[in-house]
Amino acid sequence: MLRHFPKTLTAIGFGMICSATALSAEGLVVSNWDGYMAPDAIDAFNTASGNSAELVLHGTNEEIMGKLIASKGKGYDVVFVSSPFAEVLHNLGLAEELDHAKIPNIANLYEQATKLEHDPGNAFSVPYAWGTTGLCYRSDLVADAPDSWMDLLAPADAVRGKTTMLATDRWLLGAGFLAKGYSVNETDADKLGEVRDLLIEAKDTLLAYDDATFYAKLVSGEAELVHAWDGWCNYGIAENADIKYVIPSEGSDLWVDTMVILKNSENKDAAYSFVNFILDAKNHGWAAENILYKVPNEPAMSALSADMFATFPNMGITPDVLIGYEQLRDVGEATRAYARAVSEIKAAD
Amino acid sequence: MTDRKSLYLMTPALAWLTGLMVIPCLLILVLAFFRRGIYGGIEYTFTLENIWLVFDPLYAGIFVKSATIAGTSALIAVIVGYAAAYAIAAAPSRRQPMLLFFAVLPFWSNYLVRTYAWIVLLNREGLIASVVHSLGYDGELPRLLYTESAVVVGLVYNYLPFVILACYAPLSRLNPEVIEASRDLGGSGWTTFRRVTLPMTAPGIATGFVFVFVLSIGNFVTPALLGGGQFQMIGNLVYAQFLTANDWPFGAALSMFLIAIMMGLLTLQTFATERASGARKEES
Repeated sequence: MLRHFPKTLTAIGFGMICSATALSAEGLVVSNWDGYMAPDAIDAFNTASGNSAELVLHGTNEEIMGKLIASKGKGYDVVFVSSPFAEVLHNLGLAEELDHAKIPNIANLYEQATKLEHDPGNAFSVPYAWGTTGLCYRSDLVADAPDSWMDLLAPADAVRGKTTMLATDRWLLGAGFLAKGYSVNETDADKLGEVRDLLIEAKDTLLAYDDATFYAKLVSGEAELVHAWDGWCNYGIAENADIKYVIPSEGSDLWVDTMVILKNSENKDAAYSFVNFILDAKNHGWAAENILYKVPNEPAMSALSADMFATFPNMGITPDVLIGYEQLRDVGEATRAYARAVSEIKAAD
Repeated sequence: MTDRKSLYLMTPALAWLTGLMVIPCLLILVLAFFRRGIYGGIEYTFTLENIWLVFDPLYAGIFVKSATIAGTSALIAVIVGYAAAYAIAAAPSRRQPMLLFFAVLPFWSNYLVRTYAWIVLLNREGLIASVVHSLGYDGELPRLLYTESAVVVGLVYNYLPFVILACYAPLSRLNPEVIEASRDLGGSGWTTFRRVTLPMTAPGIATGFVFVFVLSIGNFVTPALLGGGQFQMIGNLVYAQFLTANDWPFGAALSMFLIAIMMGLLTLQTFATERASGARKEES
């Protein structure tokens, strides 16, 4: 949920500057992670539509959510957020109920992408990218190819001290939930406690918690096995072909980043045409080609070269496989229990 | 200067601080007394829950841990910094500005860049490791990065110039005749240092210590980068409440205690310095 996290600090600063401009702008305001769509996408959209859309950036979901909740969604028209946050926007009544007639390109979505647990039928969100969370490793350094979450949580002696885990609450706990065979949205206190203890034990064997540079650690050889999003593992694969990605046998979560139109948008027509513009196979395909994420757009994925799938095998994970994994959902009040469990893990000696 | 003139001169700074620092801080602190909304917003019902939660053993423990790391860093920085300041103050006076310039040189580069530089230096495939390996050592080195010591080293390195400057000021003002007098009266070098130099420069040491402590205890970048996220300091906890847990009220409560600790220490230090300089004035 923090796809483009590396420069959180700058992003926060940016966000503050940008939010000031966002409120004064008259055209369409789109908020997205830095680098998550084609650099010229906004210009191309403006040329095609005669609009004067403007892009603002957020570093994390939480950052844009804070602003949207504080402003009741005013000042923004389209936001890119991960699915649990789209769900929250919907629950808060801030997300527009989508009129599909205004988004003809929605037909480009895989059928599976219209049946997502968080929003069946795409009533309030349109998926932009999707993928899995698994293990990314150096096949030339790790003797036995990992195939279980326990290979990360209780690593073989040779790999001890050379593994990293994602630090964000939901994914950190997710690895534990999946290893135990629980739902990634488990809220039962006892089960959460078990997972916390498992992750405290795992902490001893870690090199670091890392959300942003884990693939670089693999490339340098500093780490040999890391907890990773498939798209980010591809950044490592691009630099070293010995890096491989595997979904452990216990499964993965299905993460989905979505586009949401705000109910309080004053440029709804433009907002719809922007979403429609992005769903165009060529525009949507940009994300797959350039940031190496799977997009739920059938013609866009079919247009990718065979090379692409050969070099980055996880690009070929099929929609059927993806939809088989459980999505992270908003867990409401349990968020606090999750945050506490993570604090306990991180504070443990 | 007349009172009115000094008031005029101070107004811009006061307005700046009040408008851009005091008021925003108060606005955040007030949040500590409200509830977190179910989706992360603020529910405006009064509660003391967030304040009590700070005293929960888990979070109180993180405070103690942060204080230990900050205290260790401050202590090391004071020892290293005082020695450096002493050497600079003892150097020929025409060389002192140059030496001071070198001491504060790191401040001219970005904090993040400096911290990342340590990662390049310390990581398992980093500069130190490759130098050692190129000298023919084959075994695994002890882990240098992502440890508590790495965090302490990073904090000391980043804040050392503060200590050097804080200690250099009283050391350079020290009247050499006082030292000579002590020596004339039969005090050995060590006794002179311990009974004359050290007490007279204590305010500088206190200032340096408090600075490093206060800056370290709230720091979240260094533990995140050099500690590999494995050492949660209070700054990281506050960061997480605001940016990932979306629990602003609890984040505000934590910051309130952090600010209270910092203000308490700074006040103590100000009083101590004033008393020390007051005492000296009375003597003279």
